[in-house]
Amino acid sequence: MGVTAAEVWQALERVMDPEIPVVSVVEMGIVRNVVVDERGVAVTMTPTFAGCPALDVMRRDIEAAVRGLGAACVVQTVLSPPWTTEWISETGREKLRRFGLAPPPRLSGGPADVTFFEPAPCPRCGSTRTQLRNAFGPTLCRMIWYCDDCRDAFEQFKAL
Amino acid sequence: MIAPDLAAPLADRLLALADDELILAHRNSEWAGHAPVLEEDIAFANLALDEMGHAAIWYGLREALTGESADRLIFFRDAGAYRNTQLVELPRGDWAFAMLRQYLFDTAESVRLPQLANSAYRPLAEAAAKIATEERYHLRHSSLWLRRLGLGTAESHARLQAALDVQWPYARQLFTPLPGDAALVEAQFIPDAAALRRAWEGLVRPFLAECALTIPDDALPRRDIPRTEHTEHLMVLLAEMQSVARLDPTAEW
Ligand SMILES: [Zn+2]
Repeated sequence: MGVTAAEVWQALERVMDPEIPVVSVVEMGIVRNVVVDERGVAVTMTPTFAGCPALDVMRRDIEAAVRGLGAACVVQTVLSPPWTTEWISETGREKLRRFGLAPPPRLSGGPADVTFFEPAPCPRCGSTRTQLRNAFGPTLCRMIWYCDDCRDAFEQFKAL
Repeated sequence: MIAPDLAAPLADRLLALADDELILAHRNSEWAGHAPVLEEDIAFANLALDEMGHAAIWYGLREALTGESADRLIFFRDAGAYRNTQLVELPRGDWAFAMLRQYLFDTAESVRLPQLANSAYRPLAEAAAKIATEERYHLRHSSLWLRRLGLGTAESHARLQAALDVQWPYARQLFTPLPGDAALVEAQFIPDAAALRRAWEGLVRPFLAECALTIPDDALPRRDIPRTEHTEHLMVLLAEMQSVARLDPTAEW
């Protein structure tokens, strides 16, 4: 087997989240582990939102990326520990912002406080004069906000 | 590997968990295009999809035990083989009815899942911990709506109270043990249903009172409905949900 774990990680850096095509599955914290041995490559991934329709696409894209290196690939899905938005990397968060999607609020240790949402800074103008319009959005992972300065809606990645 | 005498009760329990999520997801999906405002259309579609995802997790755990696939179970079982509660199969009703049902279900999940997350059966514990992270958004949503409707206009209050009068007796079925549950409780796979129900009532009763609602008298003699019994509404739901898959059982998509 000629491929190394580092090469696999590199290839996975180019596999994008189909719903947010600027951020890779590695930056999203979806890829949890890569093991290379004589049988091939075993990738462990974890779902973001359990019902996310992009999960199967990501699994296929991950498999295809590893096979593209000429290695056999098995993708295993684990639920534990449950995925959290804290696993999105700094560069991932910056890419989300540039994509127009406010990054998820930081969780200080505990789970997301869903009874109260801090005003999400507008990804266009940085204003915090924003109001939550809907804790649900066009995909499972997004909430809808309104920026009083831009006078336009924007979306934020939901904290999980 | 789990003890053979626990495998069958566990498969039954997982089926009950999965079927509740699936049928509620289906009822919620019926709101697509019908919710009172666009925002709620979006919210209910999300709720339905989340619940579908949770159902898939429970069916998946069951498949690991029995080898039966989710698609097979969902599309080729008749109503009598479904193990959901009657609460989730009742027709979608009006907005107050839908929101109340969601609230009663969400609160039941909010007491059940943290307990299941301590299950001695590790796959169950892991799945429950995962699902709990998402359910909190549902409960926030349905609680806000209950307050809005209960403390809103005379009409919204009347509709919500009417929904509660219908649903309250059904809700207790969420906590009715299955015949095999005792062995699972013994093995610390699942929590005791009576304790769960007490915790749930401790949460729900004061909140419903806060929403200016009166809980119907549950001293009424009413037997525990087993999950093997269904209303005619489930048959109608399944006839629609299963029709395409049954037209061509070998089709792939
Ligand atoms: Zn702005």
